[in-house]
Amino acid sequence: MNATQIKRIRITTIAAIILLLAVFVISVATGFASLTPEELFRTIIGQGTPRENLILFEFRLPRIFVAILAGMGLAVSGAILQSLTKNPLSDPGILGINAGAGLMVVVYIMFFTVETSSFLYVLPLFALAGGMATAAVIYIMSYIKGEGVEPTRLVLVGVGLAAALYGATLTLSTRLDMEDYSFMANWIAGRIWGDDWMFVLSLLPWIIILIPITILKSNVLNTLNLHENVSIGVGVNVGRERIVLIMISVALASASVAVSGGIGFVGLMAPHIARSLVGPRHQAFLPVAALIGGILLLAADTIGRVVLDPSGIPAGIIVTIIGAPYFMYLLAKK
Amino acid sequence: MFKTKTKLIKDNKVYSRPAVGLVILLFGFILLLASMGLAISVGAAQINFPTVWNSVLNYDPSREADRIIVSLRLPRELGAAIVGAAFAVSGAIMQGMTRNPLADPGLLGLNAGASLALACVFAFNTGANYFTVMMISFIGAGIGAGMVFGLGSMSRGGLSPIRITLAGAAVSALLSSLGEGIALYFKLSQDLAFWTAGGVSGTNWEQLKLIVPVVIVGILIAVMFSRQLTILSFGEEVARGLGQRTLLTKIVLMTVVLILAGAAVSLVGAIAFVGLMVPHIVRFLVGTDYRWIIPCSAMFGSVLMVLADTFARTVNAPYETPVGAVVAMIGVPFFLYLARKGGRKLS
Repeated sequence: MNATQIKRIRITTIAAIILLLAVFVISVATGFASLTPEELFRTIIGQGTPRENLILFEFRLPRIFVAILAGMGLAVSGAILQSLTKNPLSDPGILGINAGAGLMVVVYIMFFTVETSSFLYVLPLFALAGGMATAAVIYIMSYIKGEGVEPTRLVLVGVGLAAALYGATLTLSTRLDMEDYSFMANWIAGRIWGDDWMFVLSLLPWIIILIPITILKSNVLNTLNLHENVSIGVGVNVGRERIVLIMISVALASASVAVSGGIGFVGLMAPHIARSLVGPRHQAFLPVAALIGGILLLAADTIGRVVLDPSGIPAGIIVTIIGAPYFMYLLAKK
Repeated sequence: MFKTKTKLIKDNKVYSRPAVGLVILLFGFILLLASMGLAISVGAAQINFPTVWNSVLNYDPSREADRIIVSLRLPRELGAAIVGAAFAVSGAIMQGMTRNPLADPGLLGLNAGASLALACVFAFNTGANYFTVMMISFIGAGIGAGMVFGLGSMSRGGLSPIRITLAGAAVSALLSSLGEGIALYFKLSQDLAFWTAGGVSGTNWEQLKLIVPVVIVGILIAVMFSRQLTILSFGEEVARGLGQRTLLTKIVLMTVVLILAGAAVSLVGAIAFVGLMVPHIVRFLVGTDYRWIIPCSAMFGSVLMVLADTFARTVNAPYETPVGAVVAMIGVPFFLYLARKGGRKLS
């Protein structure tokens, strides 16, 4: 770690924060009922009219925070998976974890109503259960005794399982009534539906607890990214650390998709971009990846919201339209 | 490099059991007729076998049972059978051509492409007739496959199974996202979802008149090229060594795959896993000679789809469970097994 690298990390981080703020201002300033930058500034320092306060604090800010937090959660989740599997193409969406969470969301909607207040807190737990179960199946299916998890098989099993779970979700959802169905379809497509402070509150604890823990585990991730034997050699309890990290990754992904909808590819792209900017050391690239994840999802949601006003296009679709070609590019280059 | 033909074939161990193949074709045909009979007789109106037999032979529109059978149930079961054959044969060809044991029109972007094309048809031209729908889903399947194979061959390692499967996943995600976007924007999501989840309930004679000849011609061409396919399944170099014009063979076979998958998707929506499972089971039974694999796959696929559809229709009556879900329930463990085995060999 020399001075130029530290400088580079610092500059990148500051640039990412400035970019995030810029997207934030653009997000507030565009779309239906928008605020100009001056109005925004006036409202933030407490001088806004009632209308401006309403737009900013009740409509825009909650949704913006959900987008940023979910983007961060997905990005860090993807970063963990990529390091653990030593596979640069891993991402909670591609590995089927989102699909597992999604299936449980439909199951929830089938048996409970969408409107009760407990919905908000119970739904993430349902999503978490689905994500965890899927991850467990993928892990068991791709584990070889004595060799650990085989990365290629992991991705194959994940892709297959994702296809199957998605099929099951669609199947169940054809039996929902119109209103529940429409919620479901939007959820799958990744429309950020949590646009209330309550959703920010239900997602926030997951993010502010799990992301710092992950960053604290940077050195473990650095060594796990090397060969298994190296990790054992330097005294890392590989089996236990790997399980803990997988659970953190699944928890971050499930909590994020529970309030934001099924969003793929953020977890794939953000860590890649971050790694290419600041290098592969986790201490440096995890925070940058989180920031980029927030920027990506907020930008996608803003684009989706403004395009085709007023119904908009779900953020998940925008992310996929950008992300899938990026994935293809990685695939072709690798 | 100067191996003789027989040596090459021996090295790659083409083994086949024509006797088993014949038994499958014969027994399969009887099983197909029996399961179609069963499928026609069960349901909201129970109809006994003699009546079924009688109304197929002497159709009398004044009898209610005859009307149910001939206008609703018979086309549905014929549709299931023809679609099952189409998916199974297209899967068999793809697996042989790409030497990828996980190849299947559902996993390689064909179904997603066809579904996107259908979403466009529903969104922009609601009055399209079935012929147009079918042609457009051929084009969609072609776009999906073109993207997957283009991507697979652009990458440096060439077309390895894992690369192709990953490319398929990415292309499917992209195309189905675009389809979903269109469906959400035009508010035709639930109509399309039933289609995407797979169902043969709406099949009518008009559609069958169009699709049956297309699928049969497709399967016949596949049978005609099955010897070349067997050789191709040893690998491109072996095939060239044996003097095969591999490019021509590949173009013909790929066209057949597109026609079969496109036609099937246009009738019942994207049903994954039939094309994956059936060829594996058939290879296990009859060996690695595609002259037997293709016809037996067609037979097996038909029986599987008819049975799956009957199950889907009766398991949760009066609701229809999409047949795609039933197939997925059988297919997923199978896929996991194959992926776990590592998909190392095809024979």
